[in-house]
Amino acid sequence: MLLTLPEINLYPLLPALIPAVTAMLVMLADVLLPGKNKSWLALLALVGLAAASYFTVMLFGANLSAFNASIVADNFALGIALVILGAGAATILLSLDYLRARQLDLGEYLALLLGAVSGMILMALANDLIVIFLGLELFSLPLYVLSAFWRTNDRSLEAGMKYFLLGSFSSAFFLYGIALLYGATDATNLTKISAAASEPTVASNPMFLMGAALLIVGFGFKVGLAPFQWWIPDVYEGAPTPITAFMSVATKAAAFAAFFRAFMVAFPSAVVDWQFVLALLAVVSMTVGNVAALTQTNLKRMLAYSSIANAGYILIALVVGGQAGLSAALFYLAAYTVMNLGAFGGLVAMGQGDQERLTLDELAGAAQTKPWAAAAMAISLLSLAGFPPFAGFVAKFFVFGAAVNAGYVWLAVIGVLNSLVSVYYYLHPIVKMYMNPPAEGWAQAPARAPIFLAVAVIVAVLLTIAMGLFPGGMLNFAQAAMVK
Amino acid sequence: MLTVTHFTVLSAILFSLGALAVLIRRNPLIMFMGIELMLNAVNLAFVAFSRFMENMDGQVFVFIVLTVAAAEVAVGLALVVAIFRARDNVDMDEIDLLKG
Repeated sequence: MLLTLPEINLYPLLPALIPAVTAMLVMLADVLLPGKNKSWLALLALVGLAAASYFTVMLFGANLSAFNASIVADNFALGIALVILGAGAATILLSLDYLRARQLDLGEYLALLLGAVSGMILMALANDLIVIFLGLELFSLPLYVLSAFWRTNDRSLEAGMKYFLLGSFSSAFFLYGIALLYGATDATNLTKISAAASEPTVASNPMFLMGAALLIVGFGFKVGLAPFQWWIPDVYEGAPTPITAFMSVATKAAAFAAFFRAFMVAFPSAVVDWQFVLALLAVVSMTVGNVAALTQTNLKRMLAYSSIANAGYILIALVVGGQAGLSAALFYLAAYTVMNLGAFGGLVAMGQGDQERLTLDELAGAAQTKPWAAAAMAISLLSLAGFPPFAGFVAKFFVFGAAVNAGYVWLAVIGVLNSLVSVYYYLHPIVKMYMNPPAEGWAQAPARAPIFLAVAVIVAVLLTIAMGLFPGGMLNFAQAAMVK
Repeated sequence: MLTVTHFTVLSAILFSLGALAVLIRRNPLIMFMGIELMLNAVNLAFVAFSRFMENMDGQVFVFIVLTVAAAEVAVGLALVVAIFRARDNVDMDEIDLLKG
């Protein structure tokens, strides 16, 4: 048997490669270089993310592919990569004071975070099921550890353990789906699967259908669609808050990127068969997420249920499909990233020392003691609820508009009704913060202004407003064609 | 004469047994073993398809899956040790601070 070596072209892989190399540099620098204050490691990590962003922008429009077309750097993948890089940088800024207050090690944390960023971008660039699986594991494994990173906190450990067990359980289903598709089509490259699936005998093969169904289970778990959402509330509540912020936005972006690519490239005919199933999943996710969020008193848990509902909204864009669905999804993911980071950033800023203010009662009157954090959270929550002129309104408008244009009026109606339900639980914390007397036991002023945290939150809030007021520029960016 | 169907059915049975172990047992170590069994069932499927389709890709995927499985076990066992140190008990039914 003759093996031909594929041509090695690392350039399209740079957005994923640079964070991985930076992770190794951070780990080495942490061990080899002396000094007790390691904050400069964060600078090294941020420089790495900036370099990766530079090459990501340079790659725009070139539509390069590498490694026998198992890596495709088209504009859609690069747009998702930019969202992930931005979320990674914001998470580093959110984490610095949070880690110091809990005496957690910065070097390992940054290395794991950069590893997760690298895996997520690999997943977004992947055009081959095995590469998608590798990217998925490469970001899941660091996230299991990061969820349990606050080792002395029982809740953090429990979150890590639950995430690990359910995450690897779902990965096994995903992998079994890949094996069945490989058996049915003799390929794992999405383009080749698409070619094989154009034969009716292959497309109706039970092994092929089973494989595609298992892929939906695997993706559904990672993006947090009901009924695969059981892990989300527990893990999001227990994990360190900056990691919860990172997971809620970056995991969603990466997993949805691969979800879209798998179903739009590999199963263009199958999408028609699966459209009803996907629409049903979208309806169930939106409803389960929004209804369960109504009764939550812990903000982290409430935002966890909100992330399930938001996964449902984004899935509507996949049901719509085509260029309209793709750009609506990219815009929604970018908007969701900035507004969710703003909300979680405000939540981190509310805390004092290693104490966090997470429940509605603890947040009462917070606008008097922490006016800036409260304002940031209020804007982000209003945007999540879909109020104009914020990014969340425009994002929902595009997704529901695309659904109506494609003839899915019923889906758009259910989505709008769900957004109305969600207004209650997004407004509840705002009312508590601004209209209730202050909760006792929270000091008037912070001991030290957390400057890095403030930068991240301010940028997130400004982007939330800018994307709502001037969606045009961002939308042009989102009109990114996917190369099939 | 063994056909690819035999291997597919065997791998499906092994995969289901692994999944049942994860769902029924409450000891995380046994649950890991269930997950390992699921991954190895997938490996069997990959090798069988590869052999019967005369396509070497499946054999290579097995190495990738083995590597991922080893990394998963390293992380999982570290988590079990951390939890055991914190509370002297690793039963999944008693790890229930987070709910609601």
